[in-house]
Amino acid sequence: MRIRITFAKTAEMRYTGHLDLHRAWERLMRRAGLPLAYTQGFSPHPRINLASALPLGFTGAAEVVDIWLEQELPLDEITTALRQAAPPGLRIEQVEAIDERAPTLQTVLQASEFAITLLEPVPDLDHRRAALLAAKDIPRERRGKSYDLRPLILELQILPQDEQSRQRLLVCLVAREGATGRPEELLEALGIDPLSTRVHRTVLIFSV
Amino acid sequence: MICFLSVERDLQVIAFEIIEAQLERILPTVQKPGRYAGGELNQVVKDWRAISTHVALVFPDIYDIGMSNLGLAVLYDLLNERPDVWAERAYSPWADMEAAMRAAGVPLYSLESKHALADFDIIGFSLPYETLYTNALNALDLAGIPLFSAERNELHPLIIAGGHTTYNPEPMAAFIDAFVIGEGEEVIQEIVNTQQTWKASGASRHELLRRLSRIWGVYVPSLYNAHYAEDDTFSHIEKLDPDAPLPVTKRIVARMPPPPTRFIVPYIETIHQRVPVEIMRGCTRGCRFCQAGMITRPVRERPVQEIVDAIEHALDSTGFEEVGLLSLSSSDYTHILELVNAVSAHFAGRHLSVALPSLRIESVSVDLMDALKDARRSGFTLAPEAATERMREIINKPVSTRQLLETAHEIYSRGYQTIKLYFMIGHPSETIEDVQAIADLCKAVLAEGRKVIGKRAQVTAGVSNFVPKPHTPFQWVPCDTTEQILAKQALLKQALRGPGLKLNWTPPEDTMLEAWLSRGDRRMGEVIYQAWRLGAKFDAWNEHYRYDIWLAAFRTVGLDPNFYTHRERPIDETFPWEHISTTVRKKFLTEDYLWSLLGKTRIDCRERCFACGILPTFIELRRQNPGEVWQCPEVKTERIQISNFVGD
Repeated sequence: MRIRITFAKTAEMRYTGHLDLHRAWERLMRRAGLPLAYTQGFSPHPRINLASALPLGFTGAAEVVDIWLEQELPLDEITTALRQAAPPGLRIEQVEAIDERAPTLQTVLQASEFAITLLEPVPDLDHRRAALLAAKDIPRERRGKSYDLRPLILELQILPQDEQSRQRLLVCLVAREGATGRPEELLEALGIDPLSTRVHRTVLIFSV
Repeated sequence: MICFLSVERDLQVIAFEIIEAQLERILPTVQKPGRYAGGELNQVVKDWRAISTHVALVFPDIYDIGMSNLGLAVLYDLLNERPDVWAERAYSPWADMEAAMRAAGVPLYSLESKHALADFDIIGFSLPYETLYTNALNALDLAGIPLFSAERNELHPLIIAGGHTTYNPEPMAAFIDAFVIGEGEEVIQEIVNTQQTWKASGASRHELLRRLSRIWGVYVPSLYNAHYAEDDTFSHIEKLDPDAPLPVTKRIVARMPPPPTRFIVPYIETIHQRVPVEIMRGCTRGCRFCQAGMITRPVRERPVQEIVDAIEHALDSTGFEEVGLLSLSSSDYTHILELVNAVSAHFAGRHLSVALPSLRIESVSVDLMDALKDARRSGFTLAPEAATERMREIINKPVSTRQLLETAHEIYSRGYQTIKLYFMIGHPSETIEDVQAIADLCKAVLAEGRKVIGKRAQVTAGVSNFVPKPHTPFQWVPCDTTEQILAKQALLKQALRGPGLKLNWTPPEDTMLEAWLSRGDRRMGEVIYQAWRLGAKFDAWNEHYRYDIWLAAFRTVGLDPNFYTHRERPIDETFPWEHISTTVRKKFLTEDYLWSLLGKTRIDCRERCFACGILPTFIELRRQNPGEVWQCPEVKTERIQISNFVGD
């Protein structure tokens, strides 16, 4: 049985990286007593497939993982068991059954949406946003490779300030295999230090 | 350097809200911030203000190492059962985090509540090995607490330490208020109770220390003065308080309490991510180099069912994928076959790996490993410790070379491709032929593997440098010099070349530090302090350890490092750790040392009691705890003739 779980990764697990999150899921399944399926072969590993790595320090409202079970179980039973076994920092939002032959999450992921809170005020934010969006290309370099950030930006809006009067941005970036926009790159292109922000991934957008 | 503690303690050193706010800014800038965030599954959180005694349990190395320490996990569990106590954790920050903390004025804090360590009532350090000493000093400094016990007052936390190094507490005597000698499960509660009564009484700090010194297993160094002879050797210890105990006898628990099962599940990778279950404490083998084997006597075993139940509960609460069945000599656990069968039957098909370290060199060990392994067959570890039968008799780990080769043959036949062989160089009376024999034995083992699986067979030799330890039959012997070690290593590097062979060794500089500190006296405290001042920390880490700093510290203090390491101690020398009693008598150790020089071995003391001193000391405990939970001979009579045993 293949299940698709939508979950929130909250403050307590902000500093848990992708591989460690994978392990956290394996342990969650073990604590929940659910029959996690393993690959065959010399060194079996658990069949857990996370849609997209969330950079260290980011939180997420609707992260997605596919997990294979060795047997069919009622969804409500699975959901209850998962909720009871979830660690602080991981909240189960939704559990659904998925066709075994459905394509892997990575191949259907199209874009990611982020809500970014600025911890330091940026008075000319409007202007910087407009300038960035008006640019024909935004040449950037990452790990020694140059690329154009502009086509990876699908959306860049200024959100109403939060209750602490901090400025906020809504950003939607392409997230396809081989073409992934990174919020910290966008922030740097805006002249904002990523360390003075809080990034929250709000939605993962998949093609159907 | 920033000094945090210039204010009265009741003003609160630094509010936890401020620390939390600073961490928000600092953590995104450091490597592996998950080390410093806390909040993991199964951590214990209580209401700070509703708690009367706050205890910080500190492992003075990074989180990744400290989280796997079973001793602190046991104390965390036991202390947090009490409604009036909250035990929290703290670890050493890595260099980048330390720099960020110092720059931001953030003191060392607890992971659970983010309170400054200076706000705690008791700080307990785990000191299982000597290379943590400078980190302990650094942790105190980072907490804004005076390093020297004498400089602390009623407003400072009580600083205690436990772990195997405290059997020679003298090098750290100036920094620690009270050492726990031996097993902590019961004594920690008594320390907390004593601290509570003292706090309510409003008496002086000195009075607290006096009261603590009355507890069985607690050593308060400030109640004693050390004296030295003309030739710089230790002369005697002087009691400064008439009621202070002399010697200080180690603490033991009569029966091992049920093992903890709610382990904290780290969010980031740590060295051991597993359920550790101590199946047995102590060892009856009597290997002469082994300090653990001497200081953890008597042997006590946990019942099979208790172990299986503990694993079950711990897996339910953690979801860990590995279990470690821990002891000093797994093969000697009375019901090892029953245990292994029960574990493999009970947990079959759960994709669980079970580690069973410290197996004897015999084919039964291969059966045991086979019963536990699902499918994975990587390596198999054997620890002959020396390569010739003569040398193994000297160290009292007698096993014939034939038996070793037969075991190796069996291991390769069962599908293992790599055998790891552990050796030490620098055993007493070792010759260059004995070192050459290590290479020859590795090749002989590899030849067995080639017979069975051909070119796939591999041998990894792990060759460490022997460091003589206090309270062992080898406490008199000199440690190899750097030159001797280098010569022996050169021979091994030359001889252990070629396909299928791999050699791991330890740099002699690392060995020297361990050797200086382990048999050091009280004067060594000044060297540790100077080394820390010069920047020594993380001495257990190659990238941080600075041999030159330590040599400079010795020069500054005016002590000769070689005095502590390369000197063969006369048989009648008094040692600086003799006022700490493991209850294994010096007479027994002396005899065993002399026997070693004759190549005379002792059999497993389960087969015959050699009256090492444990049983006469703890005769009442043994009588009250009959049967096989304790492996010393039974004591049935009310009183036995003990005149032969009393005193040395």
